[in-house]
Order: sequence, then C-alpha cells, then structure tokens
Amino acid sequence: MENKKGFNITFYLLILPVLLWLIVLIVLPHLDLLISSFQADSDSGAKIFTLENYTAFFKSKIYWLTFVNTAAYAIGITILAFIVTFPVAFYLTKVISKKYASFLALLLLIPLWVGELVTVYGWMILLGDHGVINEFLLYIGLIDKPINMLYTNFSMSIGLLYISMLFMVVPVMSTLESLDDSLIEAASDLGATKWTIFTRIIIPYSMPGITSGGIIVFMLVIGDYVAPDILGGKSSLWFTEQIYNEFLSTFNWGEGAAFGFLLLMISSSIIWLALKLTGQKLERVGS
Amino acid sequence: MKRLAISSVAIATLLAGSLYAGNGTLRLITWKGYAPKALVKKFEKETGIKVKVTYSNNEEMIAKLRATRGGGFDLAQPSVDRISFVQKKFHIYHAIDYSKVNTDQITAAMVKASKKISGIDGKVYSVPFIYGTTGMIVNKKLAPEANDWSDLWNPKYAGKISYRLKRPILIGAAFGMGYNPFALYSDKAAYKKLIDKVTKKLIESKKYVKTYWTSGDTQKAVVKSGDVWVESGWDAIGWQVHDQNPNIDFICPKSGALGWIDTFAIPAKSKNIEAAYKWINFILQPKNAAYVTNQSSYMTVSKDAPKYFNDKIKTDFKRSYSQKDIDNIKWYDALPSGFAAIEAKALDKIKAAQ
Repeated sequence: MENKKGFNITFYLLILPVLLWLIVLIVLPHLDLLISSFQADSDSGAKIFTLENYTAFFKSKIYWLTFVNTAAYAIGITILAFIVTFPVAFYLTKVISKKYASFLALLLLIPLWVGELVTVYGWMILLGDHGVINEFLLYIGLIDKPINMLYTNFSMSIGLLYISMLFMVVPVMSTLESLDDSLIEAASDLGATKWTIFTRIIIPYSMPGITSGGIIVFMLVIGDYVAPDILGGKSSLWFTEQIYNEFLSTFNWGEGAAFGFLLLMISSSIIWLALKLTGQKLERVGS
Repeated sequence: MKRLAISSVAIATLLAGSLYAGNGTLRLITWKGYAPKALVKKFEKETGIKVKVTYSNNEEMIAKLRATRGGGFDLAQPSVDRISFVQKKFHIYHAIDYSKVNTDQITAAMVKASKKISGIDGKVYSVPFIYGTTGMIVNKKLAPEANDWSDLWNPKYAGKISYRLKRPILIGAAFGMGYNPFALYSDKAAYKKLIDKVTKKLIESKKYVKTYWTSGDTQKAVVKSGDVWVESGWDAIGWQVHDQNPNIDFICPKSGALGWIDTFAIPAKSKNIEAAYKWINFILQPKNAAYVTNQSSYMTVSKDAPKYFNDKIKTDFKRSYSQKDIDNIKWYDALPSGFAAIEAKALDKIKAAQ
C-alpha cells in the first residue's frame, strides 16, 4: 500500500508542471479568446453576447474568399511538398548508403536552424528584380529585362513550400525506412513495372507517413503569417493576415478571436474530409 | 516535499523580482530612432534609472497596452491622433500632469495641438515629441513632373508606383482627389462615402502599382533599386535616400503633406511615473532633442534644438518645405471611434481586388 501511495505522490508531482503549463498557458487563454469571440460592444459600451463575429465571416465576401484562397493554396502547397520531397526521401532511405544518408538528412535540416524570417529574407534576395536569379538570367542573356517574381503569389508559394517541406520529408523517410527491400525485389522478379511497384507497393506502404506529413504541412502553411506577409504580392491574401488586422488595425478582438476559431474549425474539417476521402484513419497515422 | 518547497520559493522570488523590477527602471515602448543609445546612457548616468527600450509601432503599442490594460511599460509613444479614441474605450493611459513637464523647452504650437487632439473632458493624455509628414518620395530624374497624391494613380508611371496600404494612403488619396477627409470627421456616413470613392479609385489604379511597401526599410529599398519612381513616404526616409542618390528626394504633395505628431503617453499601470516625466524632460532638452533629430532626421518639437542641428538637416528641411508647403500641411486630427473599422474594411477590399 505504502509503495503505491509513494508512487502516486511522485506521479502527481511530475504531472503538475505539465498540467499547469497546459491550463495556464494554453487552456485559459483559449477559453478567454472563445468567450471574447462571442462578445461585442453594445452602443453603450457594455459587453453583450452575440453571434455577429461569426456571421460576419459568412456575410462578407472578402473574408470567406480570403479563406477559400488560403485553403486552396495550402492544399496546393501540400501536394507540391509531397511531389518535391518524395524522391528525396526515397533516395535518402533506399538508394544511397546509410552513412551518407544521415549526413544529407542533417543538411536538409539547416534551413530550420536559421529561422523562418531569415529564410524568407533569403528568398527576397534571390527573387527580386535586381536579385540573384534575375541578374544571372540577364547575364547569360536568357532574358533582356527582369522577370517580376518577388511580391507575387509565386514568390509566396515558394517561400511557404520551402519552409514547410521538411516536415513532409521526415515522416515519409521514417515509413520508407521500415519498408522491406525484398518486397520491391519480389515485385520486380514477378515482372512488375517500375510504375506498378511505385503505385502498388511504395505508395500504399508509406501512406501513413505521407498523411501525417500532409497534415503537418497543411496546418503549418494555412497558419503561417511571415511568408505571405513578406513575400506575398499586392493581391495575395492570407487568412492569418486578416486575423492580424482584426486585432491590430481594427481593434476588433471579438471578430479576430472568432476568425481564429473559424480557422481552427474549418482547417480541421478539411483534414477530416481528406482523411475520409482517402480512406485513412487518424489512429494509423501516428504509428 | 523539500523539493516542492524549494521550487515554490524559487517561483516566489521570480515573481517578486519581476514586480520589483519596476523600481529604478524605465520601460519605454517607442519607435526606432526615438531613443538613441547615447542618450539612454547619458540618462542612466545622470539619474541612475535604467532604461529598457522596446521598439514598436502605433498598432502594436495599442494592442500590447490593451492586452495588459495599460501595464508592462512605464512610458509609450503613440501618435497623437491615436490616443483619444483608444483612451475613451480602453482607459489605458494616465492623464498628463503638465506641471511636471518643462513646457518652456517645447514649441508652444505643438503643445497646444497635442492638448487639443489628445484631450478628453479637460484632461490631456500626451506630450509632443517628434513631428513629421507623410508626403511623396520621387525619383526626379525618371519622374520629374510627379508632385501630387494624384500621381500615385497616374498611368504615366504605371508599374513604377508604390505606397503603403494603411490609412495615410486613404487620406492622401482623398486630398489628391480634391476632398478634405478631416472635415468629415464629424459625419460618419459622409466619411464612409468618401472612403468608398477613394477605395474605388485605388482599386481601378491597382494595376499601376508595383508593390505595397510595408516598412521604412522596404520603402527605402524599392525606390533605391529603381523599381519604383513615385511612392508615398516619410520625410526622414526620403532625406536618407537622398544622401545616397541625389536624384531621389522627399517632396510635399501639392494638395498637402499629412502631418503627424508622435507623443509621450503614460500607460495606466506605469510603475515609475516619476522616471517617465524625468525622461520626457531630459530628452526634450535642446541639445538632446537636436541629437535625436541629427541622428534620425525626424523633427523634434524642442524649441531651441534647431540651434544644434547639423547643416544636413537644415538644408534637407529647406529643400523639401517651402513656407507655402508648411502652411499647407494637413495635421491629423483625433480619429473618432468606429472610423478605424471603416478604413480597415476599405483597405481589405483594395488588397483583395485583382
């Protein structure tokens, strides 16, 4: 009995910081936001309960259009991230020797070390009218006047892709690592083409990794602020910028909070829908 | 249990420490260039008060003070037109006790303007510090004729135009179209109508815009690189670029540059009000104020500071401002509450337009 009691006290002592952290820093502020998302100032200045903050999103074309735009780009960038990184992940796990693979994987992590803001500024230097890429193309004579790349949806997408693709590589690599090479060999022995092996063996096997990578990339991109703000052009809208504006320009914290929860709810339902459509289960993704 | 006791003691000291930090320090939230390191050191030596500087802008300052209900900082520096509506709604500032401010060293007209614009029911919430204008920065070699807000939608400069998509462009464009938006501050419906007109104009002419600049640094970069010939901009920034490329300069638009005054305001939960007044009186001393201006090109309101201005500041000022330009400056009046929302909606619309 005594032994068990001792275990209990240690257990509670250990869990206390975690609980405190969760409640004080995450649960309480969110509750506060949730409450203020249902509040507005009446004409006399008092706080009243209202659903207006939420209905404003559906009433105003700009808001939901921005959201649709953001979600569409986020989905597109997630797919691009998969296309770009899958060959890399495959190469690192299956083609070259383990020794080089871990070194190269480490190199992949370098952009994460310098932080998002720095990588975004790096892309500004590359893509500007007088930036590295344009100057080089001008120098070799491929173009005779600079291509407008910076401050467009193109530069924004590249920035977002660059920031997020690492989070696709890692989970895909970890599933591919456990794929038994003999499966691929057996398939080739039985006369399967490379395409068949890819679509019938490699892809289905690595699906949990792809799905979890997809979820991470999608969530990172849809919630990103820095890249759309700095690399985005005069017409690129991002929903997080809208939330920022509600808090900082309009001082309408109620609406800002409501938009925050809408972002959370709608993007979660997009993920849920995607899981349903592809027949994936969330429980399997984690493993 | 012992460990728990130790950690609770540690937490208690930490908390006490953060509370105690209010004494003997001045936590200042301000703009870049407003609190030069040399002056901070001088102040610390003279008074023994440590100064902690945080850089920010109007929107962030207000949001931060609102979130803490006026805590976290002992002295803030919002623009004068952004004080009264915020104060009425959120009560985040202390009224200024003008008996503690050495007004002899401040230009009387600026004190009067601050008192008027940031006054509520006989109480005043700001002391003026720096003023300047938003006008235009023009590459005179490539766009010699650009001289008014309306050139920001002049097809002649298509693809070579830039401005910041924030409230000054709405106001400037309204003046460029021949209206006076400040005259409509008493009539919300008429103001909204005017902003709608401006919005339409800026959406129609969006195709001429190269990009919307977002900060002092980006407004410098786009015009310096030659990507942009005509842009809205701040006087001090225009002069800084002029040093590097004499073709580029700040000009006052024909229909009037927009005048702003940045001030000192004391947050409601300031823990060191005495230090705040000390800093205000210190930095407005002619020599110190002139140092700020010489360093940053921002114009101080300190009365006798011009004696200590360097020649560059004097010539810059003369080149950009004729007496007529100065008389024609449109000073921002206090923004009535609810107007920020009208403007934010308009800016959203312009940004969203294709």
